[in-house]
Amino acid sequence: MTGQADAGRPGRYDADERGFFGDFGGRFMPEALVAALDELTEAWNGAMADPEFVKSFEDVLADYAGTPSRLYHAERLSAQYGARILLKREDLNHTGAHKIRNVMGQALLTKRMGKTRVIAETGAGQHGVASATAAAYFGLDCTVYMGAVDTRRQALNVARMQMLGATVVPVESGSATLKDAINEALRDWVASVDHTAYLFGTAAGPHPFPSMVREFCRGIGDEARAQVLEQFGRLPDAVTACVGGGSNAIGLFTAFLEDEDVAIYGFEPGGDGVETGRHAATIFAGDSGVLHGARTFVLQDEDGQTVESHSISAGLDYPGVGPQHSHLARVGRATYLPVTDSEAMDAMALLARTEGIIPAIESAHALAGTLKVLPELVAEKGPETTVVVNLSGRGDKDMGTAIEWFGLGGS
Amino acid sequence: MGTAPAFERAKAEGRAALVGYLPAGFPDLQRSIDAMKVMVDSGCDVIEVGLPYSDPVMDGPTIQAAAQQALDAGIRTKDVLTVVEAVAATGAPTVVMTYWNPVERYGVERFATHLANAGGSGLITPDITPDSGEEWIAAADAHDLDKIFLVAPSSTDARVAMTTAACRGFVYATAVMGVTGARTSTSDLAGPLVARTKATTDLPVGVGLGVSNGEQAREIAQYADGVIVGSAFVRVLQQHADDHAAGLRALAALTEDLANGVRG
Repeated sequence: MTGQADAGRPGRYDADERGFFGDFGGRFMPEALVAALDELTEAWNGAMADPEFVKSFEDVLADYAGTPSRLYHAERLSAQYGARILLKREDLNHTGAHKIRNVMGQALLTKRMGKTRVIAETGAGQHGVASATAAAYFGLDCTVYMGAVDTRRQALNVARMQMLGATVVPVESGSATLKDAINEALRDWVASVDHTAYLFGTAAGPHPFPSMVREFCRGIGDEARAQVLEQFGRLPDAVTACVGGGSNAIGLFTAFLEDEDVAIYGFEPGGDGVETGRHAATIFAGDSGVLHGARTFVLQDEDGQTVESHSISAGLDYPGVGPQHSHLARVGRATYLPVTDSEAMDAMALLARTEGIIPAIESAHALAGTLKVLPELVAEKGPETTVVVNLSGRGDKDMGTAIEWFGLGGS
Repeated sequence: MGTAPAFERAKAEGRAALVGYLPAGFPDLQRSIDAMKVMVDSGCDVIEVGLPYSDPVMDGPTIQAAAQQALDAGIRTKDVLTVVEAVAATGAPTVVMTYWNPVERYGVERFATHLANAGGSGLITPDITPDSGEEWIAAADAHDLDKIFLVAPSSTDARVAMTTAACRGFVYATAVMGVTGARTSTSDLAGPLVARTKATTDLPVGVGLGVSNGEQAREIAQYADGVIVGSAFVRVLQQHADDHAAGLRALAALTEDLANGVRG
């Protein structure tokens, strides 16, 4: 829960005081929200320096969210690929994904700030469900903005949010997906900022969100690092995760950034294939721009208009990405590669049938990408090659998509 | 030419200036030019040409829908500059209101050059503040373009001072905590914000977000140097989508009502 290098001192991959990771990040926002972002930054800094807050956060994660999540050696899969494949089982957390870490942190901070209402945006619904859960747990009013397209493809999660007491607002504007849900949540926030906190769902957006969300998610990597050392007496050769906005990925990567021998891979949604233009591989195929309050890689046309993204995974279907990922790509510390819908679905089926684990389609991207780069890693590092794959969420929410894709179910 | 002469003229006449907004390319390129010329002829002192953007977080549904219609029809940044050129040719100071990414993508220096060459007076930037806008400030200074940043009811006094120090032309005071859109009543946040702003600068202060009729304009003109109207103009054109001539007549009538309003 402290800075990467030492307590209170930023590491070399961290943001500067203005929230810039090298060329990326910052705060490109309406003046109306600057006071709220300043208030949030101050409250967050104060909270992280307060041992009582840190302990409360750690306690609620352990007692309620179910962390630390297990680091599981997928032996059958490992045998098949001639490497040691370790799965960081964030899918076993309460609400079924890593997202619970971020929202419990932000909701705890909301209580500390004396605000009574939270808003959130969601794509697949994982963050929305986590936000609705945290709001219920802490007794906060909750409104979740969700693209109308996503409310249809993730109807189960809409029902879960409603069951938890949240109001779900379908967003019809723009492409009616995650980016438009973010726009609508920002509009709500401008008008309600005196009593409302915006539980941003990923490590993107204006400062301090990218750093704050990373810190609330960094337990993924801190735990994995300690677990792999304890279980195998060594660091992994690589750590991998899927990257939409990039919260689960940065949560894993942060613990390993200073371990130069540990390769870092982020796998982006390649949709129908990057060459088709129907994808959401923002770092791999995008350009530097400003979206949702930060300079980062963006899928955009020659006029700077945001291009509609596509992924079979609603949770990855976002034309932007967290600015720290853009920085890690720019300086070469992490490698970002696309994984197609088809490759991800194959990996989903593979993990289900070899290990009895049905991953979220997001996480299936991480596994699929890992299996693609593994031969090269094994050729370089040998048969003891050890990879930690972040299994960021479970696939219950995606069964509708799986039924359609694989033709499952009764006739 | 900047916007200062328009505000000075209004002040000399003992009134507030009327600033009118429409998105370029709405309902289409030529009709947006026609509409803005009607607004000039009917009493707007300054025209804001909106650069349609895919993710307009400060805009409500009326303007977003208009901007999206323009984008769907293929409006490009270069077309926006065409509109600026046509409107500036009327003699009315013409500023562009834009979110930042299209400018960054076009090239900040290139945009400033082309805007100045088109006769544009400056830029309103709803999603960059002076402390995030160094590149634009440098380019605007190099081309003598107005830099119009926003202050909000939530701005601290220190931020108001910082913002007004960076502005040239006028200061845009957002009257409400919310997004654009015509409202039935004016905000009680606007007056105190204008007073706080005026305490830091001699620049004119324009008030926007929500003004939709002459009565509201009259009320705001009591304490502000400019009254900024956007959504109400867009709505008039949307209401006459099938009859361009009728739309222009309605636009002229609304402009005259507002122009009477700013004259108290």
